[in-house]
Amino acid sequence: MEPIRQIRSRTAVLPFTNIDTDQIIPARFLRTTTRDGLGQRLFADWRYGADGSPKPEFVLNRPEAAGCTVLVAGRNFGCGSSREHAPWALLDYGFRAVISTEIADIFRSNSLKNGLLPIEVDDATGQWLLEHPGAEVSIDLASATLRLPNGSAIEFTIEGFARYCLLNGVDELGFLIAKQDEILAYEKRVQP
Amino acid sequence: MKTMFQKIWEQHEVVRESADTPAVLYIDRHLIHEVTSPQAFTVLQQRGLKVRRPDRTLATIDHSSPTRTDQIFGGVPISIKSAASQIAQLQENCAKFGVELFDLKSDQRGIVHVIGPEFGFTQPGQTIVCGDSHTSTHGAFGALAFGIGTTEVGHVLATQCLLQRRPRTFAIKVDGALSPGVTAKDLILSIIGEIGIGGGTGHVLEYRGALIRSLGMEERMTVCNMSIEAGARAGMIAPDEITYSYLKSRPRAPHGTDWERALAHWRTLPSDDGAVFDRELTLDGNKLEPMITYGTNPGMVVAVSGSIPDRHDDAVFDKALAYMGLQAGAPIGGQPVNVVFIGSCTNGRLSDLRSAAQLLRGHRIARGVRALVVPGSQQVKKAAEAEGLDRIFMDAGAEWRESGCSMCIGMNGDTVGSGDYSISTSNRNFEGRQGPGARTLLASPLTAAASAVRGRVTDPREFLNA
Repeated sequence: MEPIRQIRSRTAVLPFTNIDTDQIIPARFLRTTTRDGLGQRLFADWRYGADGSPKPEFVLNRPEAAGCTVLVAGRNFGCGSSREHAPWALLDYGFRAVISTEIADIFRSNSLKNGLLPIEVDDATGQWLLEHPGAEVSIDLASATLRLPNGSAIEFTIEGFARYCLLNGVDELGFLIAKQDEILAYEKRVQP
Repeated sequence: MKTMFQKIWEQHEVVRESADTPAVLYIDRHLIHEVTSPQAFTVLQQRGLKVRRPDRTLATIDHSSPTRTDQIFGGVPISIKSAASQIAQLQENCAKFGVELFDLKSDQRGIVHVIGPEFGFTQPGQTIVCGDSHTSTHGAFGALAFGIGTTEVGHVLATQCLLQRRPRTFAIKVDGALSPGVTAKDLILSIIGEIGIGGGTGHVLEYRGALIRSLGMEERMTVCNMSIEAGARAGMIAPDEITYSYLKSRPRAPHGTDWERALAHWRTLPSDDGAVFDRELTLDGNKLEPMITYGTNPGMVVAVSGSIPDRHDDAVFDKALAYMGLQAGAPIGGQPVNVVFIGSCTNGRLSDLRSAAQLLRGHRIARGVRALVVPGSQQVKKAAEAEGLDRIFMDAGAEWRESGCSMCIGMNGDTVGSGDYSISTSNRNFEGRQGPGARTLLASPLTAAASAVRGRVTDPREFLNA
């Protein structure tokens, strides 16, 4: 995985709470054996009409959303199904970070493993971001800081090991494989 | 003094967590299925890795499998090509990597969270994972069971371990007893309504109290199954005599002296008296009523006898009601329904089918209503047929199918039409969950059956009192 240090972008805003992973990518698009091309299916039922044509009023179909790599959404983003296709679809579409006042556990874990930054902010910051779509923000992962265009810098919490892996392009599977001796010792001790 | 979660967690720490690194947690049981495993096997292939412990891994086919008998046993091709190729990919991966598969035609096949317990593969004190958020179901046995993503499926396949930070604990104590017509489904819907769909985020729930202790294993599974709908990755219930008698003599449960040894260990698992939880909540079970959802997440729930709430200046609430085509303040009872689905990992077990059949016996499903009954596994199907439940369903006008996830997620083509109302015994009423534009009302098998007969949302107690 490529190391991640900084992200600068205007925000695209979905001002809804509890956006579940069935909305991020509907289940009928999970009948795949690869992770390719899922960006086309991102928010498919919100983005396209029944005939497949884009819905012009949907945020991501508006010209100002073009090129945005930071998505802002209401509380409890990514709840529901554990499908990793959700962060895969967001990344394939071009997003690099998601900001919400609360991000669901499994979605957060899946995002961190794929280099999509799940950023949780306080209520006031969340509200400000929801009210200012298109705001130019910058995210510095090393200092875990989100900078808003009004100059304020907000520190966010991100699990330390995940941050280390993202900053250095370290792969967690490699880390686990390196624990081979400990795993063997555990198996001998607990299930002889 | 330790909680059950704490005991199981500590017993599975290969490497303890530190400020710098999460714990390396050993996984006892890994269940896999066709939808969330293919990309994980691809990683193993690319890196030249093996499945470390095939003996701790079990695969089945459930999410995209057809439920039509001719497509499973009759040589008729699976109608959705992408589903067929996903199933073929799992068959190939299991053969190549030496993983046991309960294959398409096997009488052991079924929904991953139904077969684990059914075969005694699921046991108290274990860590159990699966690339499916409803893995929380297995917590009903006093196991630490949670859903993972596909990258983590690869981690477990390759190393039998996961990197995990320790979650917080949340005790939910329910006293009292369930009244007639009120089920475990109504209990868990009430809990989600109470704490909200993000209320359990970051926590492992432990369900406790007299009412929980009185539940049978299948009811406990219904409760733990929907822990994720409150945002909690895992929900647990301490094992007891009900657990042990369910497990005894199941094919994959320990036997003989191994059983005695296991039992001695399992008895040490329940939370110690005085163990401290990070959060606690107490509910009065005597006050519970049959529940039904009216919105687009499982926390938007009311009593079947109640009305849809009215929330002023809440755009998200209004959006949900607009999607559902329902009016704030209106009673939910009497709302016409088009489809009734009885099945899923939440309510697709034998006791669920019995409960629906008991209500349907001697009745006809209302004209114009499509009812689909899908057993949770082939074993459930066989047991239901042995006691004639299939006849009751078909005589009432319902379709009786082969097992699978089916209309809960609609990946196999069993879907609800756009704009149609479905009363479903499944776990999610998200927009489009049962098909694009589908409107899902989650309820118990009893409420679903009562509503099927009347063709509108109906309190099952109307039938019990008749």
